[in-house]
Amino acid sequence: MTITQIVALMIFIAMFILIVLDKIERQWVTLACGILTLGVVFGLCMHSTDAIIETLNVKSIFTKEFWYVSGNAEESTSGINWATIIFIAGMMVMVEGMAKAGFFRWLCMRLAKLVNYKPIPLFISFMILSAILAMFIDSITVILFLAAVTVELAKLLKFDPVPMILSEIFCANLGGSATMCGDPPNIIIGTSLGYSFFDFLTHTGLMAGISLVVIIFYFYFVYRKVLTRTTGTVDYSTLPEPKSAITDVKYFVMSCIIFACAVVLLVTHAITGLTVAFIGVFIALLTLICFARYISELLKKVDYKTLLFFIGLFMVVGGLEQTGILEKIAGFIGDVSGGNIKVMVAIILWVSAFASAFVDNIPFAATMIPIINSLSASTGANLDTLAWTLSMGTDIGGSATPIGASANVVGTSVSAKSGHPIGWGRYCKAVAPATIIIVTISMLFIFVVYC
Amino acid sequence: MDKQVIISIGRQYGSCGHIVAQRIAEKLHISLYDKNILQEIAEKINRDYEKLKKFDEKPRNVWFSRRLGEHSNSLEEAMANMQFAYLRKKAEAGESFVVVGRCADSALAGEKGLVSIFICANMEDRLHRVIEADKLSEREAKITITRMDKQRKEYHDAYSEKSWGMAEAYDMCLNISGMTIDDAADFIISYVDLVIE
Repeated sequence: MTITQIVALMIFIAMFILIVLDKIERQWVTLACGILTLGVVFGLCMHSTDAIIETLNVKSIFTKEFWYVSGNAEESTSGINWATIIFIAGMMVMVEGMAKAGFFRWLCMRLAKLVNYKPIPLFISFMILSAILAMFIDSITVILFLAAVTVELAKLLKFDPVPMILSEIFCANLGGSATMCGDPPNIIIGTSLGYSFFDFLTHTGLMAGISLVVIIFYFYFVYRKVLTRTTGTVDYSTLPEPKSAITDVKYFVMSCIIFACAVVLLVTHAITGLTVAFIGVFIALLTLICFARYISELLKKVDYKTLLFFIGLFMVVGGLEQTGILEKIAGFIGDVSGGNIKVMVAIILWVSAFASAFVDNIPFAATMIPIINSLSASTGANLDTLAWTLSMGTDIGGSATPIGASANVVGTSVSAKSGHPIGWGRYCKAVAPATIIIVTISMLFIFVVYC
Repeated sequence: MDKQVIISIGRQYGSCGHIVAQRIAEKLHISLYDKNILQEIAEKINRDYEKLKKFDEKPRNVWFSRRLGEHSNSLEEAMANMQFAYLRKKAEAGESFVVVGRCADSALAGEKGLVSIFICANMEDRLHRVIEADKLSEREAKITITRMDKQRKEYHDAYSEKSWGMAEAYDMCLNISGMTIDDAADFIISYVDLVIE
């Protein structure tokens, strides 16, 4: 190992430790480590301005291919993935607009009314809603609204909200794995390796669909007794009307149309050639025009910290990539597997799932993409198979513990704030076996269909 | 005392701060809030207090929890926030009380009638007290005092901009070595009387 590689690796490890320790906000950690990578690794050690330029990757934004692609998408894994950042920013603006109009609360309340507020149908329908919404919207937003409505309904209907919140969290992560825009690791995998929304839907989406059926049965059998145990009589007249959630009908209708536009553009982007960066910008502009009155409010609510976190993260991973460390890791996986694709899949899937259960799955996925790319090039393994494997491993593995994915943190936090704290024991007792079941199903599916 | 008074007592481990707080509450005929806050919360949310108490007055475990903006899934933080809300509710209702620990000096900052006190004592006295009360050897007592003070500092400083045990964080810091419990309680009451009037 060269000095340059050691320095790049040390910066990467320091970044991970500082993120876990949480003494400094994570965006400043990744940005500082990113700048260190540019200055020390590329500047002092490598004396390479090309590496800096390639990692900053600003030039790519000004190319036609960044916004519109005719034919197959180019693969580009190096440096800052601006397409991911722009797309996420665009979706954030759209989601803020939808929330402002009361869309999410209305949807949850409407569904609850549709199933007559019966605990078991409510439990199953909220799981399905969580998975479907998470296919298009970030899982944090999905859980933020679903968990809040669940707590509210649980209070009125007098049942324990924790089983529902835990199953919603799992389904949000599962739904996120089904599409390119569902979970940040998928956005990064898709934009880095040139996959479309439809590619994800027909591969990871299929696995997620099968898994959803299994997991509904699983959670039903785990929680059926708890869910039917209510504490007191319910006064149905106190239940809120769904339409009371709508803050303004005009904005509500507009937010529904914008959401429908986003779904159509995403589903068809392989046919239209519009990239996710274009879709992100278009949807954001559309939202800002429609919500012109609230433009500053919506822009203020965008989670800039997460966007900065991504920028820094891509720089640090760029350091590992440029110095050739990730190729070494890929070579190691290739050696261990002896070139056997099934062994490679098993390693990537279970290592990704295990790692994502304890560390943020976003930096993990960003680090693994160049590894699977290099592994595919050196062993001839099908890149698509490895990409679907990585996607399922990181997305599903993140469900296993309360700290694995952002949705878990938000869901358990909402629950605790409402007086229902969820500890590791209660969380893992139900969700960790579910994670193992779904990762096993995904592995068997990949073995049978792709290997 | 006619006016509302909230006395928050921060204390070093083994300094007898808790006993002094108890005595103040008795003398003023007002409630004392300590671990009983969590007991009441546990009852209200239908949870076993024994399972929750391990998260009481503890700093967040960074390895087993994550924070995301305003959201955190640390049970230590959840317990702390529930207790802060409980105390604020009591304060806003106009109740007078003594509260031990729970970062009350910061959680109740700005509340009418709040007087924050920090009680410390000489190490010899603290060792003597811990050896006697916890039935420990001198070495074990030293380790326990260091560990508990560190834990209390980390807990306090996580919710306060001011540092645990430092004079600027409190209205009064009092070393009670050489004083009886009654003397300390009377001294604090007379101080509170003075500043509240």
